[in-house]
Amino acid sequence: MTDVLEPPVQVHDEHDGGAHAHDEHHGPTGILKWLTTTDHKIIGLSYTITSVIMLVIGGVFAELIRAQLSTPTGTLVSLAQFNELFTMHGSVMIYLFAGPFAFGGLANIIVPIQIGAPDMAFPRLNALSYWLYLTGAITMLAGFFTAGGAANFGWVAYAPLSNSLNSPGAGADLWIGGLLLTGFSAIFTGVNLTATIFYLRAPGMTMFRMPIFTWNMLVTAILILLAFPVLTAGLIMLYCDRHFGTHIYSVAGGGVPVLWQHIFWFWGHPEVYILALPFFGMATEIFAVFSRKPVFGYKGMIFATLSIAALSLGVWAHHMFTTGVVLLPFFSIMSLLIAVPTGIKIFNWIGTMWRGEIWFSTAMLMAIGFLVTFLIGGLTGIYLASPPLDFFTHDTYFVVAHFHSVVMALVLAGMAGLYYWGPKITGYILNERIGKIQFWLLFIGSQVFTFPLYILGLEGMPRRIAVYTHDPQWKMLNDVSSIGAILIGISTLLFVVNVVVSWKRYPAGDNPWDAQTLEWFTTSPPPHHNFYRLPQIRSERPTWDYNHPDHRSLAHGQHEEPHEHDREEVGV
Amino acid sequence: MRVEAKILIGLGVFFGAMVAVYWNWGHENAGSVMMFAGMLLCFLPGSYYYWWSRRMKARPEDNPNATQAEGAGVVGSFPGTSIWPFTLGMAAFLVVLSLVFGIWLLVPGIFLAVWAVLGGAAEGRRGGHV
Amino acid sequence: MALSGCTVPNFGAKPGATTTSKSVFHLWQGFSVGAVVIGGFVCLLLLYAVLRYRRKSPDAIPAQSQYHLPLELIYTVVPILVVFGLFAATLVVENKEVANPKTSVVVDVNAFQWGWKFSYPGTSTVVVGQTTASPVMVIPVNTNVHINLTSTDVIHGFYVKAFNFSRYALPGVLNQFTLRATSTGTYFGQCTQLCGLYHALMWFRVKVVTPDQYSAWLAANSSSAASAAAARAATKGQTTPRVPTRQTSSHGDK
Repeated sequence: MTDVLEPPVQVHDEHDGGAHAHDEHHGPTGILKWLTTTDHKIIGLSYTITSVIMLVIGGVFAELIRAQLSTPTGTLVSLAQFNELFTMHGSVMIYLFAGPFAFGGLANIIVPIQIGAPDMAFPRLNALSYWLYLTGAITMLAGFFTAGGAANFGWVAYAPLSNSLNSPGAGADLWIGGLLLTGFSAIFTGVNLTATIFYLRAPGMTMFRMPIFTWNMLVTAILILLAFPVLTAGLIMLYCDRHFGTHIYSVAGGGVPVLWQHIFWFWGHPEVYILALPFFGMATEIFAVFSRKPVFGYKGMIFATLSIAALSLGVWAHHMFTTGVVLLPFFSIMSLLIAVPTGIKIFNWIGTMWRGEIWFSTAMLMAIGFLVTFLIGGLTGIYLASPPLDFFTHDTYFVVAHFHSVVMALVLAGMAGLYYWGPKITGYILNERIGKIQFWLLFIGSQVFTFPLYILGLEGMPRRIAVYTHDPQWKMLNDVSSIGAILIGISTLLFVVNVVVSWKRYPAGDNPWDAQTLEWFTTSPPPHHNFYRLPQIRSERPTWDYNHPDHRSLAHGQHEEPHEHDREEVGV
Repeated sequence: MRVEAKILIGLGVFFGAMVAVYWNWGHENAGSVMMFAGMLLCFLPGSYYYWWSRRMKARPEDNPNATQAEGAGVVGSFPGTSIWPFTLGMAAFLVVLSLVFGIWLLVPGIFLAVWAVLGGAAEGRRGGHV
Repeated sequence: MALSGCTVPNFGAKPGATTTSKSVFHLWQGFSVGAVVIGGFVCLLLLYAVLRYRRKSPDAIPAQSQYHLPLELIYTVVPILVVFGLFAATLVVENKEVANPKTSVVVDVNAFQWGWKFSYPGTSTVVVGQTTASPVMVIPVNTNVHINLTSTDVIHGFYVKAFNFSRYALPGVLNQFTLRATSTGTYFGQCTQLCGLYHALMWFRVKVVTPDQYSAWLAANSSSAASAAAARAATKGQTTPRVPTRQTSSHGDK
């Protein structure tokens, strides 16, 4: 407790003769700079901006869906167009927004800085990942401009509905092609993250001193490497069935349609944890910083994350309970068990706040909103892990409500991440007052949106239907849900407004939140290759240790040494 | 590198146990094959890291008492600006579009891909921009 | 079950019209009580933390405690026990739902784009209809009815809210399950698995009648005239039912 930290050490950049990192290195400017950059911060920012644009596109589709469902016999869009709308809404949100935002955007920017690395391990591969993502997004959305329209078989593309007989047309093939591109984008990012975390940590940054966000990104990267190739293979087989006369997924010819579901969901379930784990990591960092305490149960968090990853490869068929051809009890117990590490995380988040000094910044509010919303979504997921309960809620709005609860929780956490790390990335803080209004709209909107959908599902409203003429009394619940969707839409617009209003207005400084991890030691924004100086690293909170050497972490049972300033002697 | 190795080998062992249970209980082919492949995929780098961890010198990032000065020297090569990722990305784009709009798109696609790979490799050897 | 003693809220579900739907309903209630208790507990903890530990001043720094092993073990082990309890309850109901006792009442249900065909093997009775014509499957009350479910084209979902049940109709697969209705009436059903353009309108009904009415109906509809009319009302792919190439029972994979 009494050893003095060594002073920070100057970082030498290999291509600069002097001892200072240069401020802006000479190179291409403008659009050529964007096309040729290999700097993880610029690539990550491109990912973030592109994915938020995808969020808005997916949101527009959502609002159109809600508008169509505002009348039982809605005629805003045709039946065929409605099928395209929900297919592309889900596809854009999952494939083009959530994943890229988390592992391509924020992780790309933050992970190298959190571990003291100058860049990602493979900068050119990183850039390639972005171009594959962008072209993949364009490919998928291009379906709307084809004669038959965009893909219309649901974001899950079940066979035989997705074969060439039932879904002819370029829209489906563009959907498949887009996913091939974005799939490789993700795989290359997974390679990059793993290599960076394993090989480019700064001296003293042992594995068990990495921030929880970085740990979560490591596990996410491993999951990406395990899962995405499976999806890619399945998609290639679907394409072959559609165009090369194979019969992998069709009964005629000896194929098995349900094989598509096995392959898709073997990817699909790890995918939802690939989406969730980065946001869990963001929330963990924010809870610690804005309670002014270390992460509670650091090793328990890591254990929980690894457990989630391990279990997630064994639960995929809980999406297939109603097929009648899967081993119900195995998938049921494995799915129920995943609730345990998730619960550990929730208790650790509360434990982080417990006896803290909580600062309700926008980031913290968003993180707390994430916790509540994820709790609700997670609890409803437990119902779905029980086959008898799944049999009557499957393919109804109950499931839609469950995953939208969880997804809105991730959006809240993503907003928290943007408010928290925005200043580090851009050098400027976002307006806190607008942020808090945005939070309330988003949080309340999320609950108002999802709660009626739970009830609708239990009332028997199936998903993916454009009209509900036989039960017009469902209209009222749909309308309440739409109000929530509108609030969510307004909150998203408010975020854009905040970015514009706060543009270059409130300089952040190196560490506006008195945060703890290594990225807060460097400037905002960080220089080329990230660090002018590096501090000594002796815990998972190197910046905190440097700024508050008298307030290092207490182990369980350890008592604070009495100091001159007024503090109660506290134990744990 | 021990922790890195343990993570991957640990995951692999877990998947192995899971597939043993699943195969014996359910006899379902697709899932068993996928889980088994997942196990192998974990053992592949995991065993490599384990093998290395027993032979390599301790790295500064594995030393809890390391000083920043110990990490002095070249950390790695970080190619600066490069047009080849964009080029290869466009090549992949064209190849994928050829799946939809016609095989003729493979001509520019493969051409760009080869050019990008050669250009990128040459740039790597040359040292490239920084 | 113990729950039937006190008035437990429905939590949104209903007992339904079959024997298994009631078991499912009670399971739903049990899970819901657990969810409310656990969710409520966590929310209270969170609310307390958020109110009690607001910062007193921007400079205040609290004790930097970072773990508490006994507590962490408790909230690891207790949820595992809860999970096993939920699983045990699940198995009880699941075993009821996958049971297929021998019975004389069998209905072949064939789903197609975009309607339903109900055939009664051993008779020539066929009921078929598309979309909003909403064909009716007639079954007797208080009798085990064995359903053979398949599809001739894409995957469809056989869902009847009043039975607290749904099952996929898969091409090339014969899904089998048993229903035992406990009250007469007509219950609405519809397709729940996206199957193309008219997925939203792929309706059917299940009409539960007394065994006498059922026999009478079966006899009346067995005439060649009735089944010829039914056959004419059939839609594409329905003239010769596909022979399923794989048969499974719904009892897992054994």
